[in-house]
Amino acid sequence: MATSKITLAKGLNMGLRKAMENDPKVLVMGEDVGKLGGVFRITDGLQKDFGEDRVIDSPLAESGIVGTAVGMALRGYRPVVEIQFDGFVYPAYDQIVCQVAKLTFRSQGKLKMPMVIRIPFGGGIGAVEHHSESPEAQFAHTPGLKVVACSNPVDGYWMIQQAIAHDDPVIFLEPKRQYHADKAELDESATPEPLFQSRVVRTGTDVTVLAYGPTVKTALKAAEAAAGEGKSLEVIDLRTLSPLDMAPVFESVRRTGRVVVTHEAHVNLGMGAELSARITEQCFYSLEAPVLRVGAFDTPYPASRIEEEYLPDLDRVLDAVDRTLEF
Amino acid sequence: MSQSADFGPDLVEVFGPSQQDGGPELIQLLTPEGERVGHPDFSFDPGEGQDEAEVIRGFYRDMALTRRIDTEATALQRHGELGIWAQLLGQEAAQIGAGRALRPQDFVFPTYREHGVAWCRGVDPLSLLGLFRGVDQGSWNPADNNFGLYTIVIGAQALHATGYAMGVQRDGAVGTGDPDRDTAVIAHFGDGASSQGDVNESFIFAASYNAPVVFFCQNNQWAISEPIERQTRIPLYQRALGFGFPGLRVDGNDVLATYAVTKAALQRARDGQGPTFVEAYTYRMGAHTTTDDPTRYRLSDDVENWKLKDPIARVEVYLKRNGLADDDFFASVQAEADDLGVHLREGCKALPDPKPLSIFDHVFTEITPELEEQRDGYAAYLASFEGAH
Ligand SMILES: Cc1ncc(C[n+]2csc(CCOP(=O)(O)OP(=O)(O)O)c2C)c(N)n1
Repeated sequence: MATSKITLAKGLNMGLRKAMENDPKVLVMGEDVGKLGGVFRITDGLQKDFGEDRVIDSPLAESGIVGTAVGMALRGYRPVVEIQFDGFVYPAYDQIVCQVAKLTFRSQGKLKMPMVIRIPFGGGIGAVEHHSESPEAQFAHTPGLKVVACSNPVDGYWMIQQAIAHDDPVIFLEPKRQYHADKAELDESATPEPLFQSRVVRTGTDVTVLAYGPTVKTALKAAEAAAGEGKSLEVIDLRTLSPLDMAPVFESVRRTGRVVVTHEAHVNLGMGAELSARITEQCFYSLEAPVLRVGAFDTPYPASRIEEEYLPDLDRVLDAVDRTLEF
Repeated sequence: MSQSADFGPDLVEVFGPSQQDGGPELIQLLTPEGERVGHPDFSFDPGEGQDEAEVIRGFYRDMALTRRIDTEATALQRHGELGIWAQLLGQEAAQIGAGRALRPQDFVFPTYREHGVAWCRGVDPLSLLGLFRGVDQGSWNPADNNFGLYTIVIGAQALHATGYAMGVQRDGAVGTGDPDRDTAVIAHFGDGASSQGDVNESFIFAASYNAPVVFFCQNNQWAISEPIERQTRIPLYQRALGFGFPGLRVDGNDVLATYAVTKAALQRARDGQGPTFVEAYTYRMGAHTTTDDPTRYRLSDDVENWKLKDPIARVEVYLKRNGLADDDFFASVQAEADDLGVHLREGCKALPDPKPLSIFDHVFTEITPELEEQRDGYAAYLASFEGAH
C-alpha cells in the first residue's frame, strides 16, 4: 500500500500531475503557474516535466485566461485554469457566467466544457485586500457551473482528478489557509468516493454542523470542544456546493433536529441561505430549532488585523450550537 | 503544399530590435555613468527661475529617501511588523521623475508600488504602511494630495484615471492656458498590467475622447515570475500608436529623462492634446513582494547587469564629478534618511489595530438598519465574553 503524509498543497500537486499523466489533453493555464509553480506552488514542477505547451504561463489577464481556455476546450483539451487569488476572478466573471456556464446548454449538448477553474479561496492568511474572499455563492447561483470545495489533503488529491475528468465546468475551491497547514495520510490505491457527494466527517446526535472548505476544520474543533461539555455534534463536509448533495444532510437533520451552517462567505444570500431553505422544506417536522448560519458579516473583507473577528471561528460556531440547543 | 502567406510586417524591422537593452528609441539624458547627453526632442528643464543643480540635488534627495522608505518597510516586514511589502528598489527614478513632473492640481492613480510618487505628493510614508500592516486599506485622503488609493486589482485604475480625465474635460480644466487650472491625470501600472482588458479599454476610451491622461507604465521587465516577453512581442510603447496616441520609451532609471518626458506628456494633456503613453524602461531589482522568491525564475546575472544602471548612483556620480554637491549635502540627506527611518519604525509599531466593530463602518455612507442589527448583535456577543472572564 503506497501511503504518504501530505499537505493539501502537495495533494493538489500530486493530483494534477496524475491527471496530466493519465490524459495528454489536460492542460494547466494561469499566471505564474510555470517556472514559479504558482504563488502557492500548487503547480510546482509541472512545467519542468510536462513542458510549456501543457503548463502555460499566461499573460496577466483573467478574462483572457478563461476565454482562451474555452477555446482550448472547444478544441478538445481539458484546461485546468488557476486563478491566482479569489479576488482576481472577477475580470473573468463574464467569460465564466456568460460562456463557460452556458455553452453546453446553448448547443443542446453538442459542445462540452470540461474545464476546471481552480480558485484559492478564503481568508486567515493576513493578506491585503482582494486576497481572502469567498465568492462561491456567486458561482453556485449560476446554472451550468458545478462548484466543489476541498477541505483536506486527501480530498485535494482525489477531487482535483475527478473534477478534471468530469465533462462539465467545475469551479474548484481550495481553502488557501489549509494549503500548507495539516498533513494527512494518502493511500493512492484507495477508491475515492464520488465527487458530488457530501460526507459525514464526525457522527453525533445533538446538532448537525454543515461546513465546507476552511470551516470544516473549525467545525471539527467545535465538535471536539462541545463533546467536552457533553454535547454531541455531527459534522458534514459538504464538498459539493452545486449540485448540493442533500441526502446525508436530511438524514442527519432528521436525527438531530438542529442545524448550524458555517462558511467564511457573508451570511446574506450565502450557501447557508439555500441550505436552510432546503432543510426547512424537507425536514420541517423534524426541526427543533431554526437553522442557524454562522458566516462573515455583510461587509467587505476588512483589514487583515481584524480578519479573525470577521471570520466565523470556534467560539461563534459554539455560540450558535448553544443557541440552537436552547431554542 | 500551398504557398505560405507572406504578408504583414517584419516586427523587428518595424518596431526595432529588442526588448533587451531598451533599444535605440530609449530616451536618455543621463547615462548610467553619470554623463549628461542630449536628445533631439527632449531636454531637462528645471523650470523657470529654478537653479538646475538644486533641482537635481532635490531629485537625488527624493530618490535616496524613497529608497530608505523601501528598505525600512522591507525590514519591518522581516520583523513581522508588516504582513507584506511591495518593494520598489530600482524604480526610484521612474517614480520620482514622474512624481516631480506633476502639478498640484494633477491627479494620480497609483498601483500598490507607487511609494515614490506618494512621496512626491506629500503623502506621509507611514500611512502607506497601514495597508501592508493590515490595519487599514489605505488611510490617506486622496483629496488631500490628489493621490488616489493604491489599487491591487491589476489595471483597474487605468479606467478610473481615464474617467477622471473625462471629468476634467467636462469641467473645462484643459486647454485654457491657465497653468494653475489646466489639469492632467496620470495612471500608473506595470508591464504585466498592459495585458489586462481594463488597461486596453482605457486606451480606447482615452483616445476616443482625447482625454487628458498620461498612461505611465513602469516596465520593470517582470510581472511576478513572468518576463516582459510573455506580455508583448513588440516594445510596449509602440502599442500606443495603434490605439491612436503617441507612445514614448524613456530610460526609467534616468530621473532627468523621466522627468522631462513625463512633464511634456502631462503638458500635452493639459493643453487638450489628449493621451500619451510613457513606457519607463526600468528593472525590478528586488522581489515582486517580500513573499516572492525571484531566484526561482530569473538569473542573478540580469540583476547584476541592472545594478550597473542604478538610478541613484548615476545622479550621485554626476553631482560629485561636476562639483554640484559636497559631502555636507550627502551627509544631510543621510541624516534625513535616518530620521525618516526612525519615524517609520516607531510609527509603524504604534499604528493601532482597528477596533472589531469598525468592520461595520463605512460599508455605506450611512449604516443600514440591517447592518446596524448585525453590529449590535456582534457587540452583545463580544460583551458576553467580557462578562464570562
Ligand atoms: C486582476 C489581478 N490579477 C492578478 C493579480 C496578482 N498579481 C499581483 S501583482 C501581479 C503582477 C503585476 O505585474 P506588473 O503589472 O508588471 O506590475 P509590477 O508588480 O511588476 O510592478 C499579479 C499577477 C492581481 N493583483 N490582480
